[in-house]
Amino acid sequence: MPAGNARLRWRKFVSGFMLTMTGVCALVAVAVLFFILGYLVYHGGTSINWNFFTKLPVPVGETGGGMANAIVGSAKLLLLATVIGVPIGFLGAIYLAEFSTSPIAFVVRYAADLLNGVPSIVIGIFAYSLVVLPFKHFSTLAGGFALGIMMIPITLRSTEDFMRAVPNTLREGAMALGASKWKTIATVIVPAAYRGILTAVLLAFARVAGETAPLLFTSFGNRFWSPGWNQPIESLPHMVYIYAISPYEDWQRQAWAAGLVLLGLILIINILARTILARGVSVPRS
Amino acid sequence: MASVRQAVSVNITPTGTTQSINREPAAPGPMRMNVNKVNFFYGAKQTLFDISLGIAANKVTALIGPSGCGKSTLLRTFNRMHETVRHARLEGEILLDGQNILSQDVTQLRRRVGMVFQRPNPFPKSIFDNVAYGLRINGSKLPIAEAVEKSLRHAALWDEVKDHLHKSAYELSGGQQQRLCIARGLAVEPEVLLLDEPCSALDPISTAKIEELLVQIKDLCTVAIVTHNMQQAARVSDYTAFLLTGQLIEFSPTPQLFTTPGDPRTEAYITGRFG
Repeated sequence: MPAGNARLRWRKFVSGFMLTMTGVCALVAVAVLFFILGYLVYHGGTSINWNFFTKLPVPVGETGGGMANAIVGSAKLLLLATVIGVPIGFLGAIYLAEFSTSPIAFVVRYAADLLNGVPSIVIGIFAYSLVVLPFKHFSTLAGGFALGIMMIPITLRSTEDFMRAVPNTLREGAMALGASKWKTIATVIVPAAYRGILTAVLLAFARVAGETAPLLFTSFGNRFWSPGWNQPIESLPHMVYIYAISPYEDWQRQAWAAGLVLLGLILIINILARTILARGVSVPRS
Repeated sequence: MASVRQAVSVNITPTGTTQSINREPAAPGPMRMNVNKVNFFYGAKQTLFDISLGIAANKVTALIGPSGCGKSTLLRTFNRMHETVRHARLEGEILLDGQNILSQDVTQLRRRVGMVFQRPNPFPKSIFDNVAYGLRINGSKLPIAEAVEKSLRHAALWDEVKDHLHKSAYELSGGQQQRLCIARGLAVEPEVLLLDEPCSALDPISTAKIEELLVQIKDLCTVAIVTHNMQQAARVSDYTAFLLTGQLIEFSPTPQLFTTPGDPRTEAYITGRFG
């Protein structure tokens, strides 16, 4: 039947067209990453050299110099954020995963999801009013505090998911041997989920490593070394921001380079996290 | 010491329709555990009705019955594992060596009354660490390596694993994993070992090995086993309790229950007319 044939051809065309579209969109999604990476390498690759990692920024007009202070600054801020965010997120996740039926757990879980959606600039204001204002100056402490708060909900929710994935039979097995709830968690559940937990922490770390907004008025920025924890400090994302909008070509190149270093760091952490996870979640070899 | 049960005790259930038959054990011995008038509820739903029975020391007692009859629920009350389920409620008393288990510290109780589950559940640790787990968390003063070897021998697993004790327990077969779980339970030297359909996930050869070792570990501890496999109950147990819809229908020495059942429903079940 000719009418039937036309209909069939149309159907085949639609099917083929839609399939192609999905493929193209998937390709675009991947291409964006490679495009950004290529752009960063193209513009900033030449500025990455030994000096970039070891020298302080130089005054305008002088070429050269580096971002050693921003790299160390980012490291200090992230260390502080991890120290603040991970223990709270981790222990909170244990509560959610193991005592999940209590009404408090429901509230905590809900609040964590909300906190996760709070714009980072708002968290910055919060840290500003809580840490910067009382101390009367910007500091590493304030920046680390802001990033740490952002790490809490990310660590909390993904750690909870990984702990829940541990089969209940393991909990029963431990308790049937006379293990208390806490012993069960510490000696069976956490070891069984530790790869997932480590991954969760790494992903939270990577997520806040690139945050700029909460740092603008907490750690502020500093063109020199920042000894201790109580003074303004430079960070890579903030350096990118300042250098990219500057009118100086040399600075703009360095901004690209800083972006490249930052993206490289985050990519490495992500790949590391995935490798750890791929080796199995609940069945670690001992 | 708890008293031996009466020759025939008749318990009228709340519904007033069912009688349960308890015959005197063929060779009456001391009771390790006594279950007195236990009623059990999940929320508003009652799943056990007025259960009374005794678990004889150093014997194997089997709980049989069709799916959903409450045999696993009953077994799980013996070491209070039912408390891990929300809205579970127990009435009545369960005595271990004459002491009510409901008023004891639950971790102490579970050290004395161990449990092996339906599916093998070794911890994600080495074979050695699995068996040593209970000893370590209970701060046992025993030399751990010796205790581990002893337990693995009792569970008839030693010869198969002695050369790779530090490999992951997940590298063992299902049957080996279940024997590992039995070794893990035996390591803390419990007075009672509860087994909840321990062979239902295993092949016949692994099942035979476990049945064999169950008969042997009677010397070490008292055994209570839930099984949906009547032949298994007949092979390994000294006493058998038959449950139906949460009621204890009959509790007798195993040979007696299987050859001359005292209740028509028992007879119907063991001859395969239902279940």
